[in-house]
Amino acid sequence: MPLIQMQELNKKYNSGKVSVEALKDINVDVEENEFIAIVGPSGSGKSTLMNIMGCLDAPSSGDYILDGAKVSDLKPNRLADIRNRKIGFVFQNFNLLPYASAYENVELPLIFGGIGPKRRKSRVMELLDRVGLADRAEHKPTELSGGEMQRVAIARALANNPAIILADEPTGNLDSVAGGSIMEIFHELHRDGATLIVITHDRQIANNIPRVIKLKDGLVVDSL
Amino acid sequence: MRHLWYLLRLFISDFNKQRKKITLTIMAIAWGTVSIIMLLSFGEGLKRQLEAGNTAMGKGIVIVWPGQTSKSYKGLPHGRRIWMKPEDMSLIKQRIPAIEEVGGEFSRWGVDIRYGEELMGRHCTGVTPSYENLRYHIPMQGGRFINQKDLDEKRRVAFLGNETAEKLFKGEEAVGKLVYINRVPFTVIGVMIPKEQTNMYSGPDNEKVVIPMTTFGTIFGDVYLDVFIFKPKVSEDVEFAKREVYRVMGSKYKFDPNDERALHMWDTIETQQIMTNVLLGIQIFMGIIGGLTLLVAGVGVANIMYVTVRRRTREIGVKMAMGAKPRYILWEFILEALMIGVSGGFVGFLIAGIIIRVIRQIPIEDEALKFLGKPVVSVEIAVITAIILTIIAFLAGFFPSRRAAKINPAESLRYE
Ligand SMILES: Nc1ncnc2c1ncn2[C@@H]1O[C@H](COP(=O)(O)OP(=O)(O)O)[C@@H](O)[C@H]1O
Ligand SMILES: [Mg+2]
Repeated sequence: MPLIQMQELNKKYNSGKVSVEALKDINVDVEENEFIAIVGPSGSGKSTLMNIMGCLDAPSSGDYILDGAKVSDLKPNRLADIRNRKIGFVFQNFNLLPYASAYENVELPLIFGGIGPKRRKSRVMELLDRVGLADRAEHKPTELSGGEMQRVAIARALANNPAIILADEPTGNLDSVAGGSIMEIFHELHRDGATLIVITHDRQIANNIPRVIKLKDGLVVDSL
Repeated sequence: MRHLWYLLRLFISDFNKQRKKITLTIMAIAWGTVSIIMLLSFGEGLKRQLEAGNTAMGKGIVIVWPGQTSKSYKGLPHGRRIWMKPEDMSLIKQRIPAIEEVGGEFSRWGVDIRYGEELMGRHCTGVTPSYENLRYHIPMQGGRFINQKDLDEKRRVAFLGNETAEKLFKGEEAVGKLVYINRVPFTVIGVMIPKEQTNMYSGPDNEKVVIPMTTFGTIFGDVYLDVFIFKPKVSEDVEFAKREVYRVMGSKYKFDPNDERALHMWDTIETQQIMTNVLLGIQIFMGIIGGLTLLVAGVGVANIMYVTVRRRTREIGVKMAMGAKPRYILWEFILEALMIGVSGGFVGFLIAGIIIRVIRQIPIEDEALKFLGKPVVSVEIAVITAIILTIIAFLAGFFPSRRAAKINPAESLRYE
């Protein structure tokens, strides 16, 4: 059974008088340990699709089945649990808490997951080590470069060993060197068995990803 | 622990961004707390002063004056005078187990009392030893009250109200001295401790001259009680005890036990109960006024929290994406509101404590101000204030927090 199943999925935004059909009849399956790039012009619905995959938003119609469970049937607390354990998010603008250190940012999902302090400590250090930032644990985000902030964000996304990693233009705010090292980490994670879905504008990056989903005006298309 | 540390840091970062507003709100809460505590403790001081004055005549007692019948009974006409004798006291105590203690007095106005050259007319009572406790005739250090032996031997001993002693002896030691009451020599055995008495009949106790009932009878020839006093074992039984007194006396002196004119009764338990209720009402009223002041400050806290929620919208979205449950978001903001409340409350308690301490040190001579000028902070007041404070801070945090917890994470992540 696929890890992710989307059947006839629609998303409509109603803001005042205008309503936007951001997604139209989406049918997408994702198998375990797939590495997928989502590409498409700005406003084509990529972020909307990713938010639904990450249980941050609900579709207007159609079914979203994650790991065998119909997401629309789940209660808010259960959804929070899923986001905490099964999904790791990486954002274009990092979204680190500005007043907290790298260490504390990575610790956050572990706290939400109810992990005890001793295990938290070793886990955070292990994660920071993995992204090569063990020596920056006590630094605030403002004291880090863009690439380093994104690596902290990846460490945070990996905190509870999620099955799926969702990244919305993770290299959008980075120079090509920093972006390259982020993509390298993603490829490593893929080799280690993770399922990854990455939105990107970068043709180069997309070309190195096994499967590409193209979106245009809310529709999945064969070519852009 | 880690949670609290995060929250404190969140609070500090919010504080830095809304410094002026939060400072003002903390001050408003402090002011509300001060006014609540001040109002309640002035109320408490007033209550204690009034209660002390009220019970200075005796606590839990019923005072009885024999009167005239207003109903004809068993062939006897109405308008008959009822006379009570000293032996009726022991009869009532024997017959009515609900009554704990009885007492009585003979009394007379304008009795001469002389010490050396000093001569004055006073209200003189001849009483039973039970007056010491029933009517709070408490002797000062070095003296004593009239006892049973004084009664049995009809001793010529006198117990003086402190005002009388003051005027007669002018600061000289009174106990052991010889005074003349209607030219009969008496030894002073005690002087009453001063008391603020607001309830009284035939003048305040501190102006009286008190001698044994039997001695009084010998000198003035009285045989009938002017006043009879009883105290029920438990205050709740007072109505029953009163009816029993009517019944026992009615059967002895042949009057209708429902004839309330035959014996006039002053039920101080009832008056004190009413008084207590009125004072409680005043305190609740004052608490509500103080509470409203705090409520206004609470609106300020709510306002700050709404701004904070709006400012942290994106952060809330990030936390939700990381798996924060709605209740975590909820508590985060409620605790922050409570922190503002606690800070303000702490400052308020401090200020109120200082103000009350200062006020209590100001000496007051004025009679009316004596009742108002002694604010008292009791544990109850502190607890009530803390509870009101917490509730208001909680509510001030709750509604903005609920908005935060309902935020759609996808939308808040788009929010700039
Ligand atoms: N919360 C929202 N309210 C109204 N319209 C929205 C909202 N989110 C997205 N949209 C609209 O939906 C469409 C798709 O947006 P999005 O998924 O962000 O596109 P992309 O990520 O591909 O740039 C856009 O037209 C956008 O304006
Ligand atoms: Mg987007």
